[in-house]
Amino acid sequence: MNKMTHQHRRHWFKQVQGLGLLAIGFCVNPLAAFAKKEDANEAIKKIVGGATVRTGKVTLTIPPLVENGNLVVLKVSVDSPMSANDYVKAIHVIAEGNPLPNIFTAYLTPRSGTANITTRVRLADSQTVWAVAQLSNGSFWQGSAETLVTLSACTEMV
Amino acid sequence: MSKTSRTSITMPATAKKDSIIEIRAIAQHDMESGFRYTEGGKLIPRDIIRTFTCTYNNIEVFKADFYSGIGANPLIIFTTVAVESGTLQFKWIGDDGYEAVNQARITVS
Repeated sequence: MNKMTHQHRRHWFKQVQGLGLLAIGFCVNPLAAFAKKEDANEAIKKIVGGATVRTGKVTLTIPPLVENGNLVVLKVSVDSPMSANDYVKAIHVIAEGNPLPNIFTAYLTPRSGTANITTRVRLADSQTVWAVAQLSNGSFWQGSAETLVTLSACTEMV
Repeated sequence: MSKTSRTSITMPATAKKDSIIEIRAIAQHDMESGFRYTEGGKLIPRDIIRTFTCTYNNIEVFKADFYSGIGANPLIIFTTVAVESGTLQFKWIGDDGYEAVNQARITVS
């Protein structure tokens, strides 16, 4: 009796497993490559090396609710005087829910005048987007913004 | 094979000395992410613009690296200080030998 139920359960499990694999084959295939929070942290670690990243100075603006993830207006600004000896060297933007977490890196100089960058990005999923700024004195600052994406980018077929 | 496409620059033609000007640079490009599949299940190879540089009278004032997370027809808005009259040159470089160059003149008073 005990053995019977065991076999039955095993059979059922096999069927469910088959269904699961089928489902993966049909719709999750392109999604399988999505980055997770760890990948984003890894990307940030690669940028900053061993330095500590403090929160502040960086303001990241994205719409809180995005209808179409293919074109999202993203604005990043860093609070800095942009003088010859105190300026923002680089701004890195990282999306933790994209297949490739790096979105862009902007390299600035004192001649930039301000540290304001606006561009249009792709977001694959509802997620937190991070901006890491490297200042001329070697310190790193970060800011983040959360967003809800209803239609994901980069998963559609052609 | 080398490719190019239409680009457009929006910035003031004149400016006061040492004022901050805003520059909008856009290039026509699909920015194929390399994460999409055809209906037949074949992966479409990545084809994106990799770098954008802006030089002001041959001095580099702004540079950006793009990844696949940048949307199609990449637009980038940034600022620079109008230090002198001259030419700003913008250059986009991408996969498969893509290269596009655009220029704009500015008169600083």
